[in-house]
Amino acid sequence: MHKPRYTIAVTGLNAIDSPGPGLAVIRALRAATSFQVRIIGLSYEALEPVIYLHDQVDKTYQIPYPSAGQDVLFERIAYIRSREGAIDFLFPNFDAELYNFIKLEQRLASALGIRMFLPTAEQFDARHKVQLYEFGSKHGLDVPFAKAVFSVSEVEAAARGIGFPLAVKGKYYDASIAYNADQAKQYFNKINAKWGLPVLLQQFVTGTEVNVCGVGDGKGNVIGAVPMRKLYITDKGKAWAGITLDDEELVRITGKMVQETNWRGPFEMEFVKSADKYYLLEINPRFPAWCYLTVGAGQNQIEAVVNLAMGVEVEPFDDYKKGTMFIRYANDLIVDIKEFEKISTEGEL
Amino acid sequence: MKLKKNVAVSETGFLFNPSTGDSYSINPIGMDIVNMMHEGRSKDEIKRRIMADYVCDESTFEKDFYDFTLMLRNYKLLEENA
Repeated sequence: MHKPRYTIAVTGLNAIDSPGPGLAVIRALRAATSFQVRIIGLSYEALEPVIYLHDQVDKTYQIPYPSAGQDVLFERIAYIRSREGAIDFLFPNFDAELYNFIKLEQRLASALGIRMFLPTAEQFDARHKVQLYEFGSKHGLDVPFAKAVFSVSEVEAAARGIGFPLAVKGKYYDASIAYNADQAKQYFNKINAKWGLPVLLQQFVTGTEVNVCGVGDGKGNVIGAVPMRKLYITDKGKAWAGITLDDEELVRITGKMVQETNWRGPFEMEFVKSADKYYLLEINPRFPAWCYLTVGAGQNQIEAVVNLAMGVEVEPFDDYKKGTMFIRYANDLIVDIKEFEKISTEGEL
Repeated sequence: MKLKKNVAVSETGFLFNPSTGDSYSINPIGMDIVNMMHEGRSKDEIKRRIMADYVCDESTFEKDFYDFTLMLRNYKLLEENA
């Protein structure tokens, strides 16, 4: 059977202790059975490890930070495409860059022939941490109460309204648990300095952390959904090991979210299971760093997303292997300084 | 008293609950009890077999069996109505 060969650009190459999903996405693309790939890495910094993994990434280009804006990003992608001849698909993998890529989706497709398969701007905004409580109320999902805070002077009153302990969260990343008003203010300042405003104060729910990695087709159908429990959590709250669960309730809740919102593209739903009740903590509008587990469990959701964008018919996955584990590991790459020099000075490797 | 249907038990005494992702190791006597539970045997049958196969009096069995099944229940490995 003839397999098409796609050139696919991927961001999120920071395979560090709080890893981006890029490497997992690339491995899944290379494991695809319906197409072959040439992988173009898109990096922000010269020390993103996956740049130097030459068996995974064929060529890497640096791209501008999201704060540079959509036009600068478009120009850089247009340059990369001119060098590559074609880019068939692009996988943005960072929360902070997604807004720009969502806004550029039509332009990249019509002007450069680069496809993506992303949530709409409305879906992206509606599931934002700041709006998640309202999102949950609207769609019948249990979400811990949260309040967005824009000034340190608001923190104490808002925190006392929620009660202690509570979670102090950045709008994109970072969360700390505060046990009193002083701690809440301290974390507010720290997170504000790093991620900006608003900072979120959220009711703290104890229990077991469980996540779902899935894909919606944009028409209310779930293409795939794999629930996972974190077995080993790093001090940054990231899963360093996990296992797929046999949990029909989580799959049902996921289906409800996708159906009610007509979710388009990949997502990760993060829950805390407390006394047999699932509290939705976050919806990340992209694949998580552990998404290669879905491949191991029999659902190559990453391959499915590419095929959806390419107009290839995709059958929804109806099962996955329960009890499949992943264990992450750290490794040291030996790198010639000439490679570091090239990506640092020329922005390409 | 029955183990949940989806709980997997290996020959080496490794027990995995796919609903929670938790796994446990049990010793040979625990394995015997769990296997008999899987076969749907009653507590009296289990008691007879254990007392025949191991050096164990009835009161020790009763106490240890109670502790063991309490643990299985706490870990949500038993059917709710069992």
